[in-house]
Formats: sequence, structure tokens, C-alpha cells
Amino acid sequence: MKPRIVGDVSSLPDAAFSHRSLIWWGVLGFILIEGTVFVLAGGAYFFLMNHSTPWPPHRVPPELLLGTCFTVLMMLSEIPNVWADRAAHGEHLRQTRIGLALMTLIGLALMVIRYFEFQTLNVSWDDNAYGSIVWALLFLHTVHLVTDWVDTLVLTVFAHMHDLERTHFSDVADNCLYWHFVAIAWLPIYALLYWVPRMMK
Amino acid sequence: MSGRKHICAALVVLLAGCSGQQAALDAAGDQAATIGDLWTLMLWVCGFMYLLVLIFLAHAIWRARHALDAEPLTHGSGSRAEHPLRMALGGWVGLIVVGLFVLSLATFFIDRSLAQARTDDALKIKVTAAQWWWKVEYEGMAPDQRVVTANELRLPVGQPALLELHAEDVIHSLWIPNLGGKEDLIPGRINSLLLTPRREGEYRGQCAEFCGLQHAKMALDATVMNPDAFTRWRQQQLTPAPAPSTPEQIRGHEIFMSGPCAACHQIAGTPASGQTGPNLTHLASRRTIAAGARPYSFEDLRDWLRDPQSVKPGNHMPVVQLSDSDLNALTAYLDSLK
Amino acid sequence: MTTALPREADPAEITAQHAQLTRTWGTGQSLFERLATVDHKIVARRYVITAFVFFVLAGVLALLMRIQLAQPDSHLIDPDRYNQLFTMHGTTMMFLFAVPIMEAIAVYLVPLMCGTRNISFPRLNAFSYWVFLFGGVMIWIAFLMNAGPETGWFSYVPLAGPEYSPGKRTDFWAQMVTFTEVAALAVAVELIATILKQRAPGMTLARMPLFLWAMLVTSFMVIIAMPAVMLASSFLIADRLIGTHFFNPVEGGDALLWQHLFWFFGHPEVYIIFLPALGMVSSIVITFARRTIFAYTLMVLALVTTGLLAFGLWVHHMFATGLPHLGSSFYTAASMMIAIPSGMQIFAWIATLWDGKPRFMTPLLFVIGFIVIFVLGGLTGVMLASVPLDLQLHDTYFVVAHFHYVLIGGAVFPLFAAFYYWFPKFTGRKLSERLGRWNFWLFFIGFNVTFFPMHILGLAGMPRRVYTYADGLGWESLNLLSTLGALMIGASVLLFIVNAARSLKQGEPAGDNPWGASTLEWATSSPPPPYNFMHIPVVTGREALWQPEPRQVLEGLSPAHREVLCTSALAAVPDIRQHSAEPSIWPFWTAIATAIWFIASIFDARAVLWGSLPVAVCLIAWMWPTPPRVLQQRTAP
Ligand code: HEA
Ligand code: HEA
Ligand code: HEC
Ligand code: CUA
Ligand SMILES: [Cu+2]
Repeated sequence: MKPRIVGDVSSLPDAAFSHRSLIWWGVLGFILIEGTVFVLAGGAYFFLMNHSTPWPPHRVPPELLLGTCFTVLMMLSEIPNVWADRAAHGEHLRQTRIGLALMTLIGLALMVIRYFEFQTLNVSWDDNAYGSIVWALLFLHTVHLVTDWVDTLVLTVFAHMHDLERTHFSDVADNCLYWHFVAIAWLPIYALLYWVPRMMK
Repeated sequence: MSGRKHICAALVVLLAGCSGQQAALDAAGDQAATIGDLWTLMLWVCGFMYLLVLIFLAHAIWRARHALDAEPLTHGSGSRAEHPLRMALGGWVGLIVVGLFVLSLATFFIDRSLAQARTDDALKIKVTAAQWWWKVEYEGMAPDQRVVTANELRLPVGQPALLELHAEDVIHSLWIPNLGGKEDLIPGRINSLLLTPRREGEYRGQCAEFCGLQHAKMALDATVMNPDAFTRWRQQQLTPAPAPSTPEQIRGHEIFMSGPCAACHQIAGTPASGQTGPNLTHLASRRTIAAGARPYSFEDLRDWLRDPQSVKPGNHMPVVQLSDSDLNALTAYLDSLK
Repeated sequence: MTTALPREADPAEITAQHAQLTRTWGTGQSLFERLATVDHKIVARRYVITAFVFFVLAGVLALLMRIQLAQPDSHLIDPDRYNQLFTMHGTTMMFLFAVPIMEAIAVYLVPLMCGTRNISFPRLNAFSYWVFLFGGVMIWIAFLMNAGPETGWFSYVPLAGPEYSPGKRTDFWAQMVTFTEVAALAVAVELIATILKQRAPGMTLARMPLFLWAMLVTSFMVIIAMPAVMLASSFLIADRLIGTHFFNPVEGGDALLWQHLFWFFGHPEVYIIFLPALGMVSSIVITFARRTIFAYTLMVLALVTTGLLAFGLWVHHMFATGLPHLGSSFYTAASMMIAIPSGMQIFAWIATLWDGKPRFMTPLLFVIGFIVIFVLGGLTGVMLASVPLDLQLHDTYFVVAHFHYVLIGGAVFPLFAAFYYWFPKFTGRKLSERLGRWNFWLFFIGFNVTFFPMHILGLAGMPRRVYTYADGLGWESLNLLSTLGALMIGASVLLFIVNAARSLKQGEPAGDNPWGASTLEWATSSPPPPYNFMHIPVVTGREALWQPEPRQVLEGLSPAHREVLCTSALAAVPDIRQHSAEPSIWPFWTAIATAIWFIASIFDARAVLWGSLPVAVCLIAWMWPTPPRVLQQRTAP
């Protein structure tokens, strides 16, 4: 029997924000995956910690200065990030461009700090298991930082080359969402790397 | 159904005891016996549940003979059987819960009782696993009362034995099924295993955790003996190796001490004190060679010494080139280490 | 379009639309177009065939092992080769066959069952296939060059560590794991988005076919479980290549960390294999019993609880490692609890058959085989979950028997049922029913002859992973029997291949819905057109195609460019017309770059850094947003 056409969807919009858009679900999926990686890596940290005393084995925790600078800047970056997110949702082209450019610069600054941060850990990855897990955690977070920075860069370049449609604004918003994740995921790692060894003493 | 036939066959084979010198259900010790009881309980509960499933399935198939090529039933709730089926499902879930409760409880209490067995009068033995052999050390009152042997475990009947488990290189697992369950030997950790043998006899244990090339040939010869015999054995093990007496043995002794052998093996009472290989002080009183790779005999020992790599490919003892007469002499010497 | 609705679809309009849609969604014959295709059906077909090839390869390895074990003290295969055999057999079966083939079938069916035109992230999907293919080919080449991994499918450290597994073998293994996990994670994300956002209007959560539920739960499990093994294998390869000490007890590492991470993945893994199979079983039972599933809501609940409980059981693989007793009891109870949802599902299927009007065609035979075999395997699982009993049974052939009963009974039998059931949809032709019956009985009998004796062998003390065993331990005849059974399975699988090859050309033409089934994949032609559905189906009940005629559909998706309809996640109300990605060669290049990255880092640790550059370049090319100009052209009439 022939099907009966009961409705027409051609008047529906062809892009939307947040949970109405497919990409958003994809981003959420990857956030979930990577969040699990962080949780498990944190679990590994505690597992190894329970297994060896003292912790850190050579008793010198990472230096606080750079890691804390990084943390402060990372948290401050949430301000322009939220601002860019609003701009994208409002589909304001100029503000979105500014927001993206700002985020690119901040990302760059963060990566520079991060580079030096590795050198203030006071341990190498091949010294002992403590060193291995500390490096692993910091490396993992850096991977996310770099990935999201590249994504931001691409969007910035694109936004300055073209006018944006709603679907592009939606992409920008998703990128902001991912940045939230990178920022929030850092806090527990910061605590693990810098404060847990101090509390263990 | 063939599944039910299987269950019957299994019952016959398993309840008959499945006897053997490396069999879990032929219990020769407390732990194995307790676990054997748990097994029987499991088999009954699970067998019963399996039977119910098969009967229900068979009935469904049998009923289908009357099925006509009728329209599909498009609403579950439209069936007259929906309600009785729901009741049956409720009963079934209840049965599962009860079954699981019984099994969990039994598991819990048996686990408890195994863990809380008395160990104060236990015989303390340190077992160290290495690729692919076992080092066995009996603690003594004094350092000179310590017995060191390899690839064999002798236990007096009736006395609990507390094994302290170490690993030299990778993870191994010590398992003598007739006596009890297994426990892993993990580098960097110390585990323990309690065995209370109740029946004299010769049993076979085997490394159960995959540990590389010769995991298959890493057996442990276990003997449960009466306490007097055990004490005699222990005294005998404390004596240093007998001195070589025939000219051939003396020649063999020299080969051993001057060759690479002494670097890896210890023979108490001689200069040989290597630790990488098994202690050979009373080699000839053992029943197997190289962790069960061969039974012990003069010929097998000679085969081993001629080419350990073909008897147990990949094991960590190198081939040492010897002439036939040297080989005979060396074998004769080792064969005198009663 | 001003025609009043509702109206009947007009045949002339249908012909015209078909031509245009085929142009929009079709894949041409040129090599380039084949490599660049993002059609989920084409990708899924490749995926299924590749995974099946891996099954046959791993099966051949199993036959070699069985031949070696047929007699005591056999010298046919040396220990090193044997260790590679079982490692490759287990690894291939688990990572390259069981998980991928389930996902592959889902990649084919989920969009069709949802009534949509393509999977949510088509390029990611294409990428996932290539990565999977390259990973599998890599490890098999290594194996054929005698550099196959030899430390078992769970590669316990320190045996797999730098000291005791020198050479590159374990590195290949660890990287292969990374390859396949990347592929599996990508598919999981696609499936979740497809199932939540692209269901046909009216297909509320409560009307979702159980297969979709099973895939939804499975995909979430993949997302939570697979990162664990990726992390573990990265730690392992770091220990091996750059001298970290995660697992080195001398420097504060711990061998058990590996086991915890591995089994935190490894246990859910087996349910990741098992749940999709349950979804298939439900589909087949409903169709052949011609009755809606009994206790639908409980079935959904059972899937979800199985998924949740699965994460609380991993320690039951580690009872012999000397963990504290009280903790172990918790894992016993949790492991046993999973028998409740399983037992409930078994009951519901049998009840559906009991109350339905079953037709005993080959797919249903395999489902019945599944019930008979799987339940036995599940019950031995309950036995293993008991700590003291497990201490006797762990690492013996009893465990080998258990997991082949659940894996083959619980996944391969449903899979063969699915082959017979969906073959007409994939190819337009039915498989031969007569060969199918032979296929089934040979498999069923051969299976039991192979694996039932292993229970007894385990109790009689035979450890697993031994390349040979001494004469006189009483294991000889059962091993021989088992080998004979394995040959029977081999014959059965061969028969299936013959059946498939013959039916592809000469099989009976199937038509749209040969079995009178109720889910949406049967609402389109067999095989489906590149665009799946001309009109978007509207779902009015749980059994979509069993609702009163005529079928209701929606129009309005552009025929001129790729659009899919997104609906709201819970109630499936039409929401937006989302653009669906065009074909692109970049997923292919990205996969090549990824393969180079992973493989190069086996040989040079610095490749971890420089190898990511080509990947980044390819990714940027792939993800580069579509400029507004192009968008406007697209929407212009
Ligand atoms: C599809 C795969 C699959 C499935 C579904 C299962 C299902 C189960 N498995 Fe299995 N398992 C494996 C694959 C699978 N397993 C693999 C691959 C390994 C080995 C890995 C390796 O070492 O290489 C393994 C190993 C394994 C072990 C470790 C053994 C060891 O190494 O010592 C344990 C221990 O608890 C276990 C338990 C269970 C349990 C309790 C279930 C339950 O989910 C079963 C539930 C189902 C039922 C129970 C049947 C139906 C229910 C009823 C009929 C109700 C009535 C029941 C009662 C009242 C008892 N499994
Ligand atoms: C889905 C998973 C799966 C499947 C389907 C199988 C299928 C089979 N398995 Fe496997 N097995 C595992 C998963 C699986 N296995 C795992 C995880 C392990 C543990 C590994 C480890 O310890 O690390 C294991 C271990 C394992 C062992 C233990 C090895 C040991 O511990 O030493 C054995 C021994 O008999 C075995 C046998 C078999 C057999 C006979 C089949 C048969 O069913 C195979 C049937 C298939 C075929 C026989 C292919 C036939 C095809 C042809 C003959 C056609 C050829 C034609 C052409 C080329 C056109 N398996
Ligand atoms: C590099 C170290 C090394 C050297 C040199 C060496 N062995 Fe061994 N030997 C071993 C190891 C390791 C084993 C245990 C092998 C196994 O069972 O896997 C062993 C086992 C044996 C056994 C069997 C012990 C038992 O408990 O069953 C005998 C006998 C033996 N060696 C004698 C000799 C003699 C004689 C020589 C010299 C010709 C020698 N070994 C040289 C390392 C060595
Ligand atoms: Cu030692 Cu296996
Ligand atoms: Cu498990």
C-alpha cells in the first residue's frame, strides 16, 4: 500500500544550538570519553600512591608557582570564553570574532606556561612510578589543551575569512563548551599534582 | 535436548569423583574438600535452574506445533496469556533471587571459614617461583635448620602448611588441585596460601598463571607423608650433600665445580653456591627433573644435562658442551646426591 | 509545495525524487569515490566482511591449537608459536571480530531502524573503518612475520613488560589495541547521537526497538570502558619505550595496576559483545514468534541494569591475586546479581515464543541454540563468581569452556541468526534454508563436542595456555574429542561461507520485508537505496510496521542536498533539518596519517610528537567548516 504523507518538515530550521544540534552530542560524547580517561588516570595516581611511601618518593613536590599561574589564567579564561559563547548564541559576528581571537591568544599563553611547567615538576617520567603518573596526567591535559587550541585557531581563521551562518555560530558554541571541559578537568589534576603530595607529607 | 544429556553425563563423571593426582574434585585436603562441597551445591542449584529453562523452552517448541499461519500479535497486552506469564515471571525471578542468595551465602561462609582457619601451629614454607621452576624453603628454628629444595613440596599429613608466596620475575600461580585452590605469586608482593592435607599420597601441582615459554612445564611435585616420614625427610635434607665416592663421581664432581654449573646451582657442603638455578643438594631424592619436565631417572637426567633446551625448549639453563664420558661422570655424580 | 496534507504519495513524483536523491546520496564506481564514500551501508558492509575475515583467520588459529592439543606431548608446534597462536586467537576474536562486527551491523541497521538517511557523523564513521582495518592488518602482518604478540590477550605485566617481552611484539599488540579502541569509540559516539537525535518522528523512547536500546546501552558502555584499556596500553607502551615505571615494582609501580585497568575494561567488554547480540535475538524472536516481546519495559530495564552492573565486577578476574577477602565477597555478590537480568531476559524470550506462533526457520534455530548454550555458560559464570570455587577453576580449561559457551553461545549464535535474518536486507536475496539447517546442526553439535569436555578437563586439573601436556594425566581422550568437535565447527563455518557465496547470486529474491517483520529497516527496499528512505517514516506504535495501514510518512527534506531530520531526544518530535556530511577523502588520509603515527611511535618514541602533525593537518582539512557561500548555494531552490 502506498504511504500516506501526513506532514512537511521543509519549514524547520536547518541549524540550531546546543542539544538540538547533532554536533553538540558528538562533542558531549568525546567529553565523556576524555573525562573517563582523566578519572581513570586519577585513580591510577591514587593506586600508585597507596603502594609507595613516602609520596613523592624523593619528598620534593612540584613547585607551586607556574602550576598556580596556569590555574589562575585558565580560570580567568572562562570569562572571555563565556562571553564568546554568548556572542555565538546571539549570532553577533564581530563579538564572536573578537572572542575567538582572544581565546586563541590565551590558549597560546597557557601553552607557553605549560611548557615551563613541565620543568618545575622536580621529577622525570623515568625516575619512578610517581614521576611516570605525574607526567602522564600533565601530558594528558596538555593534549587536550593543544587540541582545543588548534580547533579555536581554525575557527578564528575561518571566522575572519567569512561571514558566519548559524551552523558556524553553533560550532563556535560547541568549541566554547569543550573549553569549559578543558578548564574544569584541570582543577582536580592541579589538586592531584600540586596539593596531594604536600598533604601527604 | 543434547544439553540435558550433557548435564547427565557431567553428573556421572563429576560425582564419580573425577579422580587423579591433579584433580580438583579428588580432595586430599581440607580446602579442596570444602570447595568440593561448594561445587556440589553449585551443581545442584545451577543444574536445577538449567533444567527449568530447558523444560520451558521444550514446552514452547512443543506448543508451536499447533501454531497456524495467523496474523502477528501486535499488542503484547492483547494476549490472554499475558497475565499468567507475568505471574510466572514473578515466580521465576523470585526463584533466581533465592538461588543466588543461597549461593552467595554459601560462598561467603566458606570463604570465611577458609580464611579463618588456624595457622598458629602451621608449618611455614616459603615458595619462590621463577621462570620456570619453584624454589621451596622450609623455615627452621635456626638458620642452619633451613631446608632448601626445588620443584617438590613435602607436607606432613594433618598439619596445616602456610605457604608464603614470592615471585622472582613474572606472575605465576601455585595450584595443587587435590589440596586446595590456587594463589598467584606476584613480583613486588607477598601472598600466602594455606593447605591442610588429610590424605597421604603423591599429587601434582602446576603453575596456573601464564608465565611465558615454558608455562606448560612448570609442575610442582607434592607429597603428603606421615609425620614421621616427613621428619626423617627433613633431617635428611639438612645433611650436606654426600661426598663423591667412585672415581667417576669424583670426576663428575670436578666437572661440576669447575664448569659453569656451580655459578648457577648450589650444592650444600661444596663450593657450589649459585642461586639462579634450583638447589641440587639432594637432587637424586626427587621424583622429577626440571619442574616435572621428565620423571627422575639416570637416563632422563643425562638427557637433561646433554641438552636441556630440547627437553624444555627456552628454559633458562644453557647447553653446556660435554664429551660423552664427561656427561656420564657428571650424571653419575648428580645421581649420587640422594 | 502547496498540496493539501495528508495525501497519497504520487508515483511520478516518486520516480523523479528517486533519481534526484540517488544523485545526491549515491556513491560512484571510481576508486576515489569508493575511498571517499560516507554511506553508512557501504562502510558497514566493509566492516562486516573484514570482521568476518578476522573471525575465519582466528578460527583457523584455533584449529591449529586444537590439532596441537589433540595428543599429549605433541611436537607439531613449538611453544613460542603456540603462545602466539592463542594470543592472536584471543586478541583477534575479541578486538578484531566480536566487538567490531557487532558495531558494524549496528552501523548498518541503526540508521535504517531509526528511519533516517545516514548515520550521525558519516565521515567519522568512514574514518573508524579505516583505522580498524589498518590496526588489524598491522598486527596480522607482524604475526605472519613471526613477530606476533605472545603474552595472552590480556598481556599481564611484567611478562609483557620491557624486561620479559623484548622485541616489538607487545608494542604491536598495544598499538593494535589503541587502533581498535579509537575505531570503537568513534562508532559509539555516532550511534548514541543517531539513536538519540535521528529517530523517526513518533518513535519515542518507549517505542524504540530493543535492538536500538541494546546499542544505546552498549555505546555508553564502550565510552566508559574503552578508555581504561587505552590508558593501560599507553602506560604499557610507555614503560616499554620510554622507560616509565607504571608497572615496575622496583620503582614503585605495581603489576596489579595493569590488571585493574585491563579488567575494568575487560569485563564490560564481554557485555559490549553480548548486549548487541541480545538486541538481535529480540528482533528475531519477535519476528519469528510473530508476537510483540513479552515484558518490553523489563527487557529495557534488564539491558540497562546489565550495563550498570557490568562495571562493578572486574575484580572477579583477579580473585587469585590475593585481594582482601571482604572486598572479594562484594564482587561475588555483584557478579551473581547479573544473573537476575539475564535470567529475566531468557524467560521473556521463551515466553514470547511460547505465547507466539513461531516459525522455525534458520534464524530462530540459531536463537534456540543460543538459549541452550548461553544459559549453560551463564551458569558456569555464576560458579566462577564464587571466590573459593574460582580459586580451583581460575586459569583452567573450565574457564575456557565458560567463555566459549557465553561468547559463542551468547554472541556468535545470535550473530549467525542475524546473518540469516538480515542477509536479505543487505543483499536483496535470502540464504538457502536447507544449507542453513546443516549449518546450524553442525555448529550446535560441533560446538558442544568441542567445549563441553573442557569443563571436565578443567576440573581434572588442566591449566589453560599450555602448549602441551604430559601423557598419563587422564586428559588425552577429552582433548581429542574436543579437537574433533572443532573440526566440525570448521566444516559448519565453511558451509556458511558456501551458502553466502551461492545465495549472493542465486538466492531467492527477498522483497522489502520477507519475514513480515515489524521494524523500520524492512520498510524500504532490499538492499536499501543510497538515501535509505524517500519519505521519513512516522512511527505510531512500538511495532512500527505492524500498525494499521496505510503507513504514515513526512516529506520536506531536500532531495538536492544531504539532509537528515533531527528529532527531540525523548519524544522524537521533528526539530531541525541537519546537514549531513558529503563524501570526503580526508577521513581516509587521516586514518593513514594515524596509522603512520601509531606505528612509527613503536619504533621511535619521538614520533608521538611529530606523528601528530600530519594527523592534525588531515583533521583540519576534514573538519574545515563549509563556507557560507556554499551553504547558500545549497539551500537556493
Ligand atoms: C559474552 C561474554 C560473556 C558473558 C555474557 C559472561 C557472563 C558471565 N561471566 Fe564470564 N567471562 C567471559 C565472557 C563472558 N562472561 C570471558 C571472555 C572470560 C574470560 C576472560 C579470560 O580470562 O580470558 C570470562 C570469565 C569470567 C570469570 C573469571 C573466571 C576466571 O578467570 O577465574 C567470572 C568469574 O566470576 C565470570 C563470571 C560471569 C558471570 C557471573 C556472568 C553472568 O553474566 C552470567 C549470567 C547469566 C546466567 C546466570 C544465565 C541465565 C540465568 C538464569 C537461567 C537464572 C538462574 C540462575 C541461578 C539462580 C544461578 N566470567
Ligand atoms: C568471540 C570469541 C571467540 C571465538 C568465536 C572462539 C572460537 C574458538 N576458540 Fe577460542 N578463545 C577466545 C575467544 C574466542 N574463541 C579467547 C578470548 C581466548 C583466550 C585467549 C588467551 O588465553 O589469551 C580463547 C582461547 C581458546 C583456547 C584455549 C587456548 C589455551 O588456553 O591454550 C582454545 C582451545 O581449544 C580455543 C578454541 C576455540 C575454537 C576451537 C573455536 C571455534 O569456535 C572456531 C570456529 C571457527 C573456525 C574453525 C573457522 C573456520 C573456517 C574455516 C575452516 C574456513 C576456511 C575457509 C576459507 C579460508 C574459505 N580458544
Ligand atoms: C645460567 C644458569 C645455569 C647454568 C650455567 C646451569 N644451570 Fe642447571 N638450571 C638452571 C635453571 C634456571 C634451571 C631450572 C630450569 C627449569 O626447570 O626451567 C636448571 C635446572 C637444572 C637441573 C634440574 C633441577 C631440578 O630441580 O629438577 C639440573 C640437574 C641442573 N640444572 C644441572 C646443571 C648442571 C650439571 C650444569 C652444568 C653443566 C648446570 N645445571 C648449569 C640454570 C643453570
Ligand atoms: Cu609459571 Cu606459569
Ligand atoms: Cu568478567
